[in-house]
Parts: sequence; C-alpha cells; structure tokens
Amino acid sequence: MIKVKGLEKKFGELEVLRGIDEHIDQGEKVVIIGPSGSGKSTFLRCLNLMEFPTAGEIWFENEEVSKYRKGMDLNAHRRKMGMVFQHFNLFPHLNVVENIILSPVSLNRASKAQAIETAHRLLDRIGLSDKAKNYPATLSGGQKQRVAIVRALAMEPKVMLFDEPTSALDPEMVGEVLDLMKNLAIEGMTMVVVTHEMGFAREVGNRVLFMDEGVIVEQNDPETFFSNPKSPRLQDFLAKVV
Amino acid sequence: MIETITTDIYRIFIEPISRAIYNVFIVHDRWAQWLSGLEMTLSVTFFALLLGLGIGLFISIIRVSHDAFEKPNIMLRLLNLIVKTYVSVVRGIPMVVQLAIWAFIVFAGSRNQLLTGIVAFGINSGAYVSEVFRGGISSIDKGQMEAGRSLGLSYPQTMFKIILPQAVKNCLPALGNEFIALLKETSIAGFVAISELTHVGNVIRGITFNPAPMVFVALIYLILVLFLEFLVRKMENKLSQSDRRSGKMVQRLKRKRLVKND
Ligand SMILES: Nc1ncnc2c1ncn2[C@@H]1O[C@H](COP(=O)(O)OP(=O)(O)OP(=O)(O)O)[C@@H](O)[C@H]1O
Ligand SMILES: [Mg+2]
Repeated sequence: MIKVKGLEKKFGELEVLRGIDEHIDQGEKVVIIGPSGSGKSTFLRCLNLMEFPTAGEIWFENEEVSKYRKGMDLNAHRRKMGMVFQHFNLFPHLNVVENIILSPVSLNRASKAQAIETAHRLLDRIGLSDKAKNYPATLSGGQKQRVAIVRALAMEPKVMLFDEPTSALDPEMVGEVLDLMKNLAIEGMTMVVVTHEMGFAREVGNRVLFMDEGVIVEQNDPETFFSNPKSPRLQDFLAKVV
Repeated sequence: MIETITTDIYRIFIEPISRAIYNVFIVHDRWAQWLSGLEMTLSVTFFALLLGLGIGLFISIIRVSHDAFEKPNIMLRLLNLIVKTYVSVVRGIPMVVQLAIWAFIVFAGSRNQLLTGIVAFGINSGAYVSEVFRGGISSIDKGQMEAGRSLGLSYPQTMFKIILPQAVKNCLPALGNEFIALLKETSIAGFVAISELTHVGNVIRGITFNPAPMVFVALIYLILVLFLEFLVRKMENKLSQSDRRSGKMVQRLKRKRLVKND
C-alpha cells in the first residue's frame, strides 16, 4: 500500500532521513521507535507530504505521491492519511462536533447534516457524546486526543499516522487513548505509530522498526524484536527505555 | 456678606462660563457646526478603521503566507514586495505630510473632505493594523496549521477557517487601541481644512476671540476616549474570562481534584 524508496530529507545542511526503504501493507500496524531526533516524526510527515522528500520516492496505492508538490493532488493525498499529533492540535475556537465536521464539510465530502450525524456516531463510539458541544479547553488530555483521533477518522482515511499520541498525556489517561487505537487496529485500519509505549508495540504491532540517525537500523516482529535485538544500538536503546 | 460672595461667584465663574457657552455653542447656531465637526471626526475614524482593517488583513495574509512557503511563487513574491514597500513608506512619512499629499495632490480636484480623510487615515492605519494581525497570526500555535493541512484542507482554507478566527480574537484589544489612537490622530485633519472636531473648535476660537472652544474640544475627546477605553477593557476582560473559564485553569483544577481523589 505504501512503498518508500531511498527516502532522504535534509533541512538545510542537516540530514534527517538518510535513505529509507520500506513497504507497508494494507492493514499492517507498524510501530516505530527510536531516540529523540532520529527522524521518526519527519518520516511520518514525509508519508503524508507535510514535508517533501529531498530524494527518493513515496508510492501510495501504485501512485508516486512524492512528485506532488501542491494543489489538488497533494490535499487529496493528505485526506487519505489521518494524522494524530502529540499535542492533539484540536481547534480551540470550535466545539467538539465542529472540530470533527470542519474538514468533511469544507471539502464537500458530506453535507453538514450528514457530517454531524457521522460526528455523533463517532463520539458515541468513544463515549463522548455528552461532550459534543464542549470546547476543547474543557476536555481532559485523554478526551482531547480521542476527539483528535475521531476527527481524523471522519475523513475516512486509509492509513492512520500517529506521532507519539500518548506522550503529552497524564499517565492515568494513556490507557483510554491506547484502547481506542487498539480498537482501530482490530477493525483493520492500516496504522503507522511512533510511540514509546512498548506494551502497545508488542500487543498491537505486526512489525516494529527501530530508527536511529535517519535510517531504519533494525526491524522485526514484536516478539523477536524485543526478546532478541541484534544491533548494539537497539540493545542499548531497549536497555534504556525498558 | 453672603450676598456679595454669591455675586462674586456669579461674576467670576458663572457669568463668563455661561457667556462662553453662549458664544461658542448657541450664537449663530454654532452647535450645528460642532455637531458636524463631531460627525466628521467619528465618520473619518470609523471608516478609516474599516479601510485599515481590510488593508491590514490583506497585507498580513500576504506576508505570513509568503514567509510560510519554502518557495513562494512569483505572484506571491511580487505582492509581498509591494505590501512590504507600502508598509515602510507609510511608516516613514509623518501623518500630516501624508494628509497633505492626499488632499493637495491626489484629491486636489475633488475637495471631498470625508473621502480624503478616510483614505488618508485608512491607508496609514492599514500599515499599522497589518503588523497587529501579523503578530496575532504568528502567535497561533504551528500545530493548528499542521492539523488543518493534515486533514486535507488547503492553505487558504486552513488560514481562513482555523488560523484567522483565532488570530483576530487575540488581536481585538490591540485593534481597540488602534481605534483610539486613530480617533485622536484625526485631529490633525484640520491641517488640510477637513472640518473635524478640532478644526471646528479652532475656527470658533478665532471668531469669538475666546480660547474656551479648545477646552471643550479637549473634553469631548477625553469623553470619547474614556468611553472607548472602557469598551476595550470590557472586551479584554471578556476574552480573558472565556479563556480562563475554558482554559488551563479548569484543567489544572480538574487535575488537582483527580490527584485528591487518588
Ligand atoms: N522543519 C524543520 N526544520 C529544521 N530542522 C528540523 C525540522 N523538523 C525537524 N528538524 C530536525 O530534524 C531532526 C529530526 O527531527 P524529528 O522530529 O523527525 O525527530 P524525532 O525522531 O521525531 O524526535 P522526537 O522523539 O524528539 O520527536 C531533529 O534534529 C530536528 O531538530
Ligand atoms: Mg517526533
């Protein structure tokens, strides 16, 4: 579904991604771990073209999307990839339902009435129906992130990208967000998740990638990945985080 | 004794003041001149502000968009150059001189006082308002643009539906202050014979050989400004209240309660 070939990204002189080759199949759950500054966020942001690769190709459903630079194609591609951020990035001037329907309605994906109906269905699913008219600032971190996730889902994306979705949460709220992500996984969503939650990686991931200094150093199924890390750098990293 | 004091008070205070009021406001229906002066001041201020808001918003969007793109296209680069020049030209020329240029060169033929005033002050104000908006826009968290774009919205859609509504709200108090500054600044429009409040006062001062009109002018401005300041402060309170009610404070309180519950 997603093919990445020789992906490189530089910010000025700084080489952040230094040649990444990767295939992600439909329905796969890929977890990415790695030290800070290794380029995990940049990799995700390249996948939905929030950043443009400086070299290499990104293919999505048999189309080379990395040659899109602006306009319709670009926005259409991003629509197919939901993105969830560490800091939620809900729109504070809009209430929960308005947050969810803004994009579907603005992009004529649905009539306002339809979009509202969908929004309520999604909120119902995450148990936040009673918060429909609340403004984001009145929600807890966990609630915010769950709303952010369904906001992305309202666009009916084919892939969901998660960039440390639980890193900014108080510990007691991490569980509710991970649960929602697990549900999504079970439903068959294709997911690429950058996280420090090793439990989630083990339980949900089909594959875990270890990124360091802009390359994927090692990858494996979760079981082998954690029990039998090969490269010294991964061994080091796991020793530090676990 | 008491009688002489009251006559003294009458002679020294009441009588000259009422004579001044009579001369300045009543004789020859001068109150009508005052009213039209006040109307001119308020109209010029109000419409110049509207013009300034429009220009300022336009400029700020151009400049912010230009800076947001790695490689802005030719059109945007050209517009950016034009608006940047505009801002530095306007900021580099004293208002009185700008006024003179509009009145004696651009509108030399038309003699339309109101239009001259609105254009001169509006164009000047636009440059300052653009900086206010620019600050407001750049105060919005970068994550907002990211979220909008990642949902598939275009740059303009994200700008108009997500960034600007928040930015404008943040700017409201600063714009209120711009309104006040503009009101006071229009007092120099008399320089090009626009008969606004100060000009009317000054003309009547000349006719009546009495400095009192300038005191009245001062009082009228003061009342207007105090009133506007009151409105701005009310607005600020309201804004900070809604931020507080819905914002970090509530969360902090909630968290505390959670901690307590544990
Ligand atoms: N827009 C940018 N301009 C310049 N440098 C950038 C930009 N975005 C990221 N970088 C740099 O690229 C490097 C990798 O950043 P990235 O955010 O991808 O790392 P990360 O693996 O996600 O780290 P973290 O775990 O801290 O989120 C960092 O050194 C960062 O400073
Ligand atoms: Mg990151």
